[in-house]
Amino acid sequence: MAVASGPVANGAEPTLIPTVVVDDLHVVYRVYGAGGDKGTAATALMRVIKRQRRPSVREVHAIRGISFVINHGDAVGIIGRNGSGKSTLLQAIAGLLPPEQGCVYTSGQAALLGVNAALLDDLTGERNVVLGCLAMGMTPQETKDRYQSIVDFSGVGNFIDYPMRTYSTGMAQRLRFSIASAKNHEILMIDEALATGDANFRAKSHERIVELRGEAGTVFLVAHNLAEIEASCNRVIWLEKGKIMMQGYDVPAIVDAYLEATGGEPRKRDKPHENEHSATG
Amino acid sequence: MRERARDQGGPGTLTDDLAIPEVDQSALADEPLAELAARYQLRPSAARAGLFAYARQLWARRHFIVGFATARNVAMYTEARLGQLWQVLTPLLNAAVYYLIFGIILDTKRGVPNFLAFLITGIFVFNFTQRAFITTSRVMPDSLPLIRALPFPRGCLPIGYVLIELEQLAMSMIVLTVIVLASGEPLTWYWLLAIPALAFQTVFNVGMGLGLARLGAGADDFSQLLPFLVRTWMYTSGVMFSIQTISSLRHHQTLTYLLQINPAAVYISLVRNAVLQSQRAGWPGSKPYSAANCALYHTGKNAYLEYSAYCHGTVSMSGLWLWGAGWAIVALIVGFVFFWQAETRYGRG
Repeated sequence: MAVASGPVANGAEPTLIPTVVVDDLHVVYRVYGAGGDKGTAATALMRVIKRQRRPSVREVHAIRGISFVINHGDAVGIIGRNGSGKSTLLQAIAGLLPPEQGCVYTSGQAALLGVNAALLDDLTGERNVVLGCLAMGMTPQETKDRYQSIVDFSGVGNFIDYPMRTYSTGMAQRLRFSIASAKNHEILMIDEALATGDANFRAKSHERIVELRGEAGTVFLVAHNLAEIEASCNRVIWLEKGKIMMQGYDVPAIVDAYLEATGGEPRKRDKPHENEHSATG
Repeated sequence: MRERARDQGGPGTLTDDLAIPEVDQSALADEPLAELAARYQLRPSAARAGLFAYARQLWARRHFIVGFATARNVAMYTEARLGQLWQVLTPLLNAAVYYLIFGIILDTKRGVPNFLAFLITGIFVFNFTQRAFITTSRVMPDSLPLIRALPFPRGCLPIGYVLIELEQLAMSMIVLTVIVLASGEPLTWYWLLAIPALAFQTVFNVGMGLGLARLGAGADDFSQLLPFLVRTWMYTSGVMFSIQTISSLRHHQTLTYLLQINPAAVYISLVRNAVLQSQRAGWPGSKPYSAANCALYHTGKNAYLEYSAYCHGTVSMSGLWLWGAGWAIVALIVGFVFFWQAETRYGRG
């Protein structure tokens, strides 16, 4: 597999340099306020007296023992049903969620472009752009230089002076994507960042991703749009309930297996799949 | 006891169970992955920087911290019609309420010269620490989306929140200047001493804020309890009475000493001594001891209010500065190390 065979399509590259190594990763996070608590003071007191756990605190074992090695130049698609742990896996690789067990090794800081990259909703778009850039480690001068291009790319126009809570979902997402993609990243992870947004922005952002992939050593892409995965990725990992169901370089075969397991329509392909970066159909 | 989620099949709500095959581990590299990673000089993504490297990272994000604090401050009152005016109105109303209760209704002003200025200085200075404590204890749960979205040293957040309160304090200090001058106190060079005093207090608040942020990052119980602790602290820190001169503490030297060296009382006293001539003049121990004059003070007559200077002092003014600096340094070091130890765990919630 990974270390043994390498990317089939880029066979020209003889030596493989691992950039992301995931070693028996487990991620557990706690959810407060889950169901199961009657919520009265009396029941809470009884629970304290009986020394019981709070039932409304649940531990979610989202990733349960995953290992893989990703090499320089890989574009990895991650597929799986809702709740299978795709976003959690990316957050763990980015170092945003701590592993319960196991470890993730990376060659540099991984950047995550996600739908949930919530910034500060009560601040204006302008402030969000500036703070987002500063938080990513840009200097004030770099922030100033990039500011106009970020705003232009997002296409939010005059809304840049309005608080972000007044934005539509698509607008907020466009702005977030524009901020996050303003910096070049060694390892880039894109989590459904393009799910919303109008057709024009999707085309623009697809171009930007291809551009970022050219600069980044390694790209991860989570998408429910399997056409996008097939068009952009040379490798795919299928997650199911926090474990790897299948993975490898034969993208169409795994996508087909995934579709079959989840009861989806098989994908129709006009030509044999290649790892070209053409726009999706 | 209920089954835990990990026994129930994870986060998904899948009904049709798919058989999950064991991943063929032999397909992975022959050498352990940790060694492979080490060979290519890969680093754990959730690794914590060393203590000094972490301090450097925080320094590198100083623009983010300041920008975050300023932006939050601006956003705080955007929903209000009076807008930024509330930055001034809030301390004014606070002062009015406390004066009404402690100055007029309870009449605790006996024995304190210029009680109004004394009280309001105490409230504003204590309010800085109080608000810093309460907001930093909530900063981690409140910022969870931001923490899970972007990598940056998490210490930025509690430090940023203390800076927010510092900016509020600056507003309060402008209001205070007006009130103190209007109450008849002279403007002297001593006023400049308020700046190092508040600087020490800020360092103290940053250190404590870092510690409280970690404590508040876990269960919510701590941040629920904290307001009560802080309020108790306020009533023992001499905000509305003078620990140095109050009659009921006259014969309890040790207790007076302990109350005086508590950090809140130290910073309040330092600022009062800086801006209030009447406080400096009446500071116990600042004049040679005279039993007769001290007894005159304790008659409580207005003419002898500043005769408290002839009584025995418990903490000298220079001692007060040493305590102020000491608390700041200890809080900063302890809080910083304590916060840093959990750096990689804040994203868990």
